[in-house]
Amino acid sequence: MTQRLTMENLRKWVPLFVLIGLVLFFTAVNPNFLSLRNFARIAISSSPALMVATGVTFVILMGSIDLSMEGTIAVCAVLFALMLNALGGSLSGAGWLAIPGALLIGAVLGAVNGLIHVKLKIPSFMASLSLGFVGIGLSLLITGGDRILIEDPIFRSLLTVRVGGFPLMAWAALACLLIAWFIQDDTTVGRNFYAVGGGEDLARASGLNTGRLRVTGFIVAGIFYALGAIFAVARLGIAETETGQNFMFVSITSVVVGGTSLSGGSGGVWNTLVGVLIVNVIGNGMVVVGLPDYFQDGVLGLLVIAAVYLSTDRRSLFFVK
Amino acid sequence: MFELQNVEKRYPGVHVLKGVDFRIGDGEIVGLVGENGAGKSTLMKIIYGAVRHDAGNVLVDGVPVSFSNPRDAMKMGVGMVYQEQSLIPNLTVMENIFLGFEKPFVRFGAIKWKKMAEAAGKQLRKVKLDIDPAMITSKLTFSQRQLVELAKVLTLEERVEGKLVILLDEPTSVLSKEEIDLLFGLVRELRGRASFIFVSHRLDEIVTLSDRIYVLKDGAVVDVMNSAEADIETIQKKMVGRDVNHEYYREDKQRPYDDGHVLLELDHVTIAGRGNDVSLNLHAGEVLALVGVEGSGREPVLRTIFGMKKPEKGTISIRGIPVRSFSASESVSHGVGYVPRERKIEGIASGMNVFENMTLSQMRNYSKSGVLRIPAERELARDWIRRLSIRVASENSDCGNLSGGNQQKVVLAKWRSSGSEIILLDHPTRGLDIGAKEDVYEMIRDMSADGVGIILVADTLEEAIGLSHTIAVIKDGEIRKWFNCQPGSKPSPYDLIRYMV
Repeated sequence: MTQRLTMENLRKWVPLFVLIGLVLFFTAVNPNFLSLRNFARIAISSSPALMVATGVTFVILMGSIDLSMEGTIAVCAVLFALMLNALGGSLSGAGWLAIPGALLIGAVLGAVNGLIHVKLKIPSFMASLSLGFVGIGLSLLITGGDRILIEDPIFRSLLTVRVGGFPLMAWAALACLLIAWFIQDDTTVGRNFYAVGGGEDLARASGLNTGRLRVTGFIVAGIFYALGAIFAVARLGIAETETGQNFMFVSITSVVVGGTSLSGGSGGVWNTLVGVLIVNVIGNGMVVVGLPDYFQDGVLGLLVIAAVYLSTDRRSLFFVK
Repeated sequence: MFELQNVEKRYPGVHVLKGVDFRIGDGEIVGLVGENGAGKSTLMKIIYGAVRHDAGNVLVDGVPVSFSNPRDAMKMGVGMVYQEQSLIPNLTVMENIFLGFEKPFVRFGAIKWKKMAEAAGKQLRKVKLDIDPAMITSKLTFSQRQLVELAKVLTLEERVEGKLVILLDEPTSVLSKEEIDLLFGLVRELRGRASFIFVSHRLDEIVTLSDRIYVLKDGAVVDVMNSAEADIETIQKKMVGRDVNHEYYREDKQRPYDDGHVLLELDHVTIAGRGNDVSLNLHAGEVLALVGVEGSGREPVLRTIFGMKKPEKGTISIRGIPVRSFSASESVSHGVGYVPRERKIEGIASGMNVFENMTLSQMRNYSKSGVLRIPAERELARDWIRRLSIRVASENSDCGNLSGGNQQKVVLAKWRSSGSEIILLDHPTRGLDIGAKEDVYEMIRDMSADGVGIILVADTLEEAIGLSHTIAVIKDGEIRKWFNCQPGSKPSPYDLIRYMV
């Protein structure tokens, strides 16, 4: 019994050990890795990914999956930029309305996604994958393939102004993570995500409305994708269809590497933070060490397999589909 | 000859088989009877290799063997015809018959379908089933599938040297009278090739078909009789014959229920696909037991009351108000609680801790505009841990690691603390040891005293009789007989069994 408990406890901390190990490894190879400047760089690249990964964490906790993030981000980014520019071009004026506007769009897209999944009884995998493509098409239709530039210095200060060596964006992302933590631990919705993921039959037998809950999960995810979209736009000052690129693989990888189980019911947003950092430390570290890009994708792929292997207790599984 | 000597099996907290001796000669048909929970299914699992025994010997023709899986058992000629049909519905009959044993039909990696069809045809003729082996299994009727299962097991004849032992687990439960006669005729004919172990709740069938009958009770063989000398009544007595201890079921605490206060009323309720008609009244403080054999339709009644099934006809009223929309969340909000049989699936969320499990059905009471009041949840959990003496380290312990009895207490605490007035208990003591069972009985009495109405599907007849005020005997989805069950004038298990089978 104690043997098993320690094993379980260990499993819980594996992602953090991996993160620390990676930091030590890259520092040993190149001491420049361990510098505030470099960590700020990691924070910048992590912020949008953290939001997207946090959003999908809720869906994965329910035992579903959401692959619509790239499309949702593209639509949110493009519409955010258009709204901001149309409303005077600055957050100091009416332009700030673009932020709630973008979040609302994220929520609507999430709701559509969830409703299709629940009402039409289409597996979340397929429903969200398809809607992701619809989103990409939609954003192309809106922009006609053009890039939209944002020059508002206040908005750009998310990247340019630094507090304690880190850009505002990183602090904002951290604040959003705390909100996600609150949702996860202190709200009925958050608790119910775990209940549905841990056992949908049980949740239903306890009188929960699991359909409505699933839709809620997708809405929360959509809002976080929109936050990710805003940070992604802030990073480059450009909104385009391509803004959403790569987020699907990176966010799902981060969630899984962080130790949230793909079958639902265990893990959480702090796991996701660790996962996002692992993925971005690897990306950054390989550049610092001087390895080529294409190498990173391969390593990330192997990492996912290792993480899924470590994060599930295989003795309790008879077969895997 | 197949023999078990002094076989023992324990699961955590339960001693399932206590030194069982079992012997079956070549060509013999042996009946195996016992109440639910007597250890029948564990014994069968040991025989066909799905479970390993802890101690004792399994002998085939006098040689000790050890099966680590059903395939091992098959190699020694032991095959199982499953009650819950094990055929894969989307495959053809012949694929099912030779599933896992396709090798003789494979040439250069490809299956010779014609050869397999011929071989399958031969097996089907053994059971006198005239169907195309290439048919998709889902198109067959239930009785045809049962025969295909038997044909599948009979393929052992060609693969194994020596005699076969075939287990038939409740083979007649879905068959009509004519089909049963057909099956029995077949079994008698096949006894030249195999011996059979026949498990059934229908004692008349057991007496008709078998040569000898083993009676299992509380994990031990209490009697072995020759069918020629056995009669149904004696078997029944042996099956349930324990001295019923009145204190065990807390009968001294049984109080009359409130006759004027009807909590739940079922008025001519018909449940989809059953064509039955159930009417009952549940009063405050009453324990109403639904009694019947496995598959008699007790569970669908519970699930319908809990809103997980919509009745086809009739009305369900809670406190006099007819229920219009059927869903579990609707029922919960009307104060109905459900303690399911499958504790691991529908009762307890493992991975969630004690207080999270307890408030799962009543989060509205422990949150304010969606934000949880976790300190209040913890307080509730600590209170109930104390009241029910749940053995846990703290309210933060993961429920998945608790013993069955403690898990069940958490489930009961969940419904009681949320003020449920109608509680449906489906096998609440299944898999619990004696001490934990008594705790559950105590809680049932406490709930009655608080005016809670309980519908109980008990693990054994004695439990149903001991705990309830009223008993409804269900057969084929219909209530066949009502018993009044006041202390001192309780019916005996034999009275009930007559209407059950």
